Amino acid sequence: MLQNFIFNYIDCPGIQSKNAGKVSTCAGCPNQSVCSLSSTKLANPEIVLVHKRLSLVKYKIIILSGKGGVGKSTITSLISRTIASENENKNVAILDIDICGPSQPRVLGALGEQVHQSASGWSPVYIEDNLSLMSIGFLLNNSSDAIIWRGPKKNGIIKQFLSEVDWGSLDYLILDTPPGTSDEHMSAATYLKEADITGAIIVTTPQEVALIDVRKEIDFCKKVNIPILGLIENMNIFICPKCKNSAEIFPALTGGAKQMSEDLNVELLGCLPLDPLLARCCDEGKNALIEIPNSPAILILKTIVQSNNFQLYIFLFSVSSLYKFNNINYLKLYQEYF
Amino acid sequence: MLESVKHVFLVLSGKGGVGKSTVSSQVALALKESGFKVGLLDIDLCGPSIPYLLDLEVEDVHQSSEGWVPVFADSEQKLAVMSIGFLLKNRNDSIVWRGPKKTSMIKQFLTDVVWQDIDYLIIDTPPGTSDEHITVMENLRNVKCDGAIVITTPQAVSVDDVLKEITFCRKTGIPIVGIVENMSGFVCPSCSECTNIFSSNGGVSLSEMVNVPFITKVPIDPTIGKLELRGHSILKMYPDSEMSKAFSKIVLEITKSKEA
Repeated sequence: MLQNFIFNYIDCPGIQSKNAGKVSTCAGCPNQSVCSLSSTKLANPEIVLVHKRLSLVKYKIIILSGKGGVGKSTITSLISRTIASENENKNVAILDIDICGPSQPRVLGALGEQVHQSASGWSPVYIEDNLSLMSIGFLLNNSSDAIIWRGPKKNGIIKQFLSEVDWGSLDYLILDTPPGTSDEHMSAATYLKEADITGAIIVTTPQEVALIDVRKEIDFCKKVNIPILGLIENMNIFICPKCKNSAEIFPALTGGAKQMSEDLNVELLGCLPLDPLLARCCDEGKNALIEIPNSPAILILKTIVQSNNFQLYIFLFSVSSLYKFNNINYLKLYQEYF
Repeated sequence: MLESVKHVFLVLSGKGGVGKSTVSSQVALALKESGFKVGLLDIDLCGPSIPYLLDLEVEDVHQSSEGWVPVFADSEQKLAVMSIGFLLKNRNDSIVWRGPKKTSMIKQFLTDVVWQDIDYLIIDTPPGTSDEHITVMENLRNVKCDGAIVITTPQAVSVDDVLKEITFCRKTGIPIVGIVENMSGFVCPSCSECTNIFSSNGGVSLSEMVNVPFITKVPIDPTIGKLELRGHSILKMYPDSEMSKAFSKIVLEITKSKEA
């Protein structure tokens, strides 16, 4: 009898399997009737919760880069602010899943704010009427406190951020991430894929040492099947405020983002120059769209967000039936079609 | 395997892209030029930069009866390097691993690499205060870790994260050698005007705030990114540059604490 049980146990197809309760070894197993019911093949309950919370969010965009310090947080804040200021009737939210080094509270000028708990979940911090933010920075007592957590604990908080924040009705949810291709990214990808993620925007700087890591991030997106909306190259040239000559601080000796976008068939959305005033706005938490509206970096970013390609992209990618054709260059397809 | 290593230094920063790998590789090269036997261990698994910076991307790690044989950057075998980059088939491949797998890889790097008798082991880390850092800290408990060199850039966004890294060092008992402010000011090649692209003095004020010695400021100099400089010490190639003056200060700080 015992031997029989062990035998069954070893050959058990598992409850996730299509054959659960149906293969020969299931005969005589006390759980056969339970396993053979299709209702037991439920998805991971956490994923269901995230899906429930985010199902009404139209566009879910994740900002990624394999490399740190390339401007993910700056670009996240600028894209969000641009969308929010141009569409007053649309609600935009930023979720900062960089657990060990959250930058959004500073960049959006919300240092020291607190999140409140209500019956419907955590209330995010509102930067504008239609722009809200959630970050682990709001949960720390002291800004110097370090979050010394291994992966599983980080995954737990990301799950909570995705399933328990009361965003209200949202049109755009934009995720800011830490560098790398590890726990935070895998968790976000797993949870959001079920909730129909629109796509990823990848940020890089021009030098090869950054591109090496960013290529890995593109490989990651392909592995976990997140569509790539496009690539933004940050800090590509520097214009001296005195003599107005331009200099390459991080020289694109291997062709920069342009070459990489051609090699890997990823759309290059645009290149932003390095502007010390933009860096200062981020440090001081000021709205760069108002403070330095004529900065070339701001103007180019606005063009990217307003461009038909970008709008078309996020629209196309948000239509989930197109998901399966992840590797197709939509823009080319579209241009050829018309 | 670390018993035969005389001194261990960590290069840390809470923030990414501040120059941890550049500083690690230049410090290792400078120590080698000064006649020491040096080891350089890259524990950034998701974004290893050391193989590129030392121009060793095509090299492979070999297995011997004693363990993994590191890659040597020079024919005299005075600079030994270990990085996950040497174990990847394709340089574009991503390492999509959760914490536990990263932890066991780093443990192997710390226990299974045959460093032989080296004077200095420099450990280059990824940004953050998570799995990689906790693992290194735990595994270095039994070995004397001489301290951490903390890198930051001047702007507040970076100082915020570096402050967290200093808290990490304090909580886990890693001594801090000092703070290096990288990307501090850019001198325009046409008009010689110095612009503080990423603000200024963030590193100095951080060192005052947390009461940690300030080692030096490293200016922005696109020369460091030159392809032909890869694998060469800037101290040897451009001995008169501001950058090499800054790097020699860091090296001095490391060798000084050895004598003490």
